[in-house]
Amino acid sequence: MTSPAAPAAAPASPARVAYVNARLLDPATGLDAPGALLTEGTRIADLGPRLFADGVPEGATVVDLGGHCLAPGLVDIRVQVGEPGEEHKETIKSASRAAAAGGVTALVVLPNTDPVIDDVAGLEFVARRAREVRLVKVFAYAAATRGTEGKEITEMGLLARAGAVAFTDGTKPVTDPLTMRRALSYAGAFGKLVVQHPLEPRLASGVMNAGELATRLGLPGVSREAEIIMIERDLRLAEMSGGHIHFAHVTTGESVDVIRRAKARGLKVTCDTAPHYFALTETDVGDYRTFAKVSPPLRGEMDRRAVVEGLADGTIDVIASDHWPQDADHKRLPFAQAAYGVIGLETLLPLTLELAHKGRMTLLDALARVTCRPADLLGLPGGRLAKGGPADLLAFDSDVPWTVDVSRFKSKSKNSAFEDRPVQGRVLRTIVDGRTVWQAEA
Amino acid sequence: MTRFPHRHLLGIEGLSAGEISLVLDLADSYVEQSRSRERKSQLLDGRTVVNLFFENSTRTLTSFELAAKRLGADVINMAVQSSSVKKGETLIDTAMTLNAMHLDALVVRHAESGAVKLLSDKVNCAVLNAGDGHHEHPTQALLDALAIRRRLGRLEGLVVAICGDILHSRVARSNIHLLNAMGAHVRVVAPPTLLPSAIERLGVEVHHTMKSGLKDADIVMMLRLQSERMSGQYVPSIREYFYFFGLDYEKLAVAKPNALIMHPGPMNRGVEIDSEVADDFKRSMILDQVELGVAVRMAVLDLLTRPAREGRAA
Repeated sequence: MTSPAAPAAAPASPARVAYVNARLLDPATGLDAPGALLTEGTRIADLGPRLFADGVPEGATVVDLGGHCLAPGLVDIRVQVGEPGEEHKETIKSASRAAAAGGVTALVVLPNTDPVIDDVAGLEFVARRAREVRLVKVFAYAAATRGTEGKEITEMGLLARAGAVAFTDGTKPVTDPLTMRRALSYAGAFGKLVVQHPLEPRLASGVMNAGELATRLGLPGVSREAEIIMIERDLRLAEMSGGHIHFAHVTTGESVDVIRRAKARGLKVTCDTAPHYFALTETDVGDYRTFAKVSPPLRGEMDRRAVVEGLADGTIDVIASDHWPQDADHKRLPFAQAAYGVIGLETLLPLTLELAHKGRMTLLDALARVTCRPADLLGLPGGRLAKGGPADLLAFDSDVPWTVDVSRFKSKSKNSAFEDRPVQGRVLRTIVDGRTVWQAEA
Repeated sequence: MTRFPHRHLLGIEGLSAGEISLVLDLADSYVEQSRSRERKSQLLDGRTVVNLFFENSTRTLTSFELAAKRLGADVINMAVQSSSVKKGETLIDTAMTLNAMHLDALVVRHAESGAVKLLSDKVNCAVLNAGDGHHEHPTQALLDALAIRRRLGRLEGLVVAICGDILHSRVARSNIHLLNAMGAHVRVVAPPTLLPSAIERLGVEVHHTMKSGLKDADIVMMLRLQSERMSGQYVPSIREYFYFFGLDYEKLAVAKPNALIMHPGPMNRGVEIDSEVADDFKRSMILDQVELGVAVRMAVLDLLTRPAREGRAA
């Protein structure tokens, strides 16, 4: 819907750019080889190890990547922006800048804005703002229920036609089983999936993982079962309705097990997780650290390991940043009163690479979770290095160590849970439709 | 040990046995001072102590006020209405405002767990937690320990049964940490709906009946059950709760013959404790607890203001 193909004031895509001396990485085809890639306008014209063996074509701008990686741009399927309604937290523009700096060339925004994106006008607003900003590709979910109130399903057909990539109540679970069943079957008729935030609210009235630490801190807990029960219920509803259910940010070992078994049975089910669920645990809440307050909550070490296992064996299809900006006033509060959410666009790449650096997954496998897999899941362009495909690319140094410094981030909000974390791997250049939208300082 | 190495008293968790004993030993001397004709000293002359209470309290506030006044400090009580939705915002704002007034000690009670810690990060003076949410109420645990120590001469090896609403109790948490640090055996006795998850990981034995929980106990510590939690949410009714978990002589019979009874107050007579038991002057330490509370708070105020009084960096 929002491919910024429309004419705009920003500089047009250069005619031809030759990226040479690159390590080509394409998770979709398993390509990992030194080579070169040529873009023509908004498209990838050619690529391969032997490209330019006879020299770079005349008139092409040459970008020497010095042996660094060239991969598809990241596709982040779970991003919260504050526009409309909470522009002081994040606008489509600031989120786009953060995305570009993070190597994300396409993102999908949640409908939990004010007003909620539950009608065609809302989608058109997002599309228009994205066209005006014209940095990365911005797609949108539409709400699964009117006002995300969980009662009546939205005009899914019209919304799908207007560009909704899937349906979800975003940060709110669809709790009523009948509504969920209808949403799944109705959306299924339009070839769209329903994304669930799997938490049974009656069991999820707490603010951090239930268990010893919550008990010590005197905070009400969210049991792991609150998530598992919702997943088990929705799997039944998906089976019943024939719809495709996608679970956002799974956090427990049993969630992964249940989904693994459902996939083995052939159900239409997929899921994602966020970096904080495989890189952090509840101990990061420590002494009431509200920047580690997320929903679902950070779990214990055994669950963290099970999530990594689920990623490694493919049960977890996608890594999404779960970017949820909050201003300081909403975080500098007693823990139970503080808002949920962490920003994640600018740490998605290094935290995903961490899985490869730690030997849990191959580099291509890790990258697949943030490129071709999410693109295929929602039918988005990009996510692969394909001749004729969109030139949405990411050049990065896979190994360079750096320390997360949120003050340098482009996001309007600074609520990262990863401040001061040593990481490896940095974005060198982000390219959208053949045009460089972000470049690291030399 | 003669020096208390913490800037604030935010909780018991993390305090060593030596540090706890230091407070209790000093408190012992303040009991004597409070009982003597010269109960007021000039130790904190010219120092300012603010009692900042975001939650209603008569006992704890009075106890802290008296403690500071007996040490000669200037005391200001501030009750902040916490009914507004945005109470958290006023928390930081209030902290910054008070900090600009050069206080020596700030005593804080707040309905949210962790609120006192949050506030302590924003001020330069010593902060005393007077109860934060369901987290900790350290001076209550210290005064309970002092009461037990003065009666039985020790804490080590005693069997202490903490009974009632553990789930919502900061008193229970502080007592569990303190008693474990001092080598007591701690039991919690409650219906499962009033126990937080993984409570056994805090080093307690879990009992669901008074009969097993009180068996051979040296100390029976009762907790207050808030009335709003008694009508079907956590327990079915008051009468059912009293029947199974209210302390009366019959249930007390399985404890040690001279087992002592404690309650942090205010009591719900006929809910968690029978009046006869509560008023049994040989067994009940409830009034000792009130008296010793002042001494313990004097000791903590003394220790936490020492660095500033002695010109050391806090």
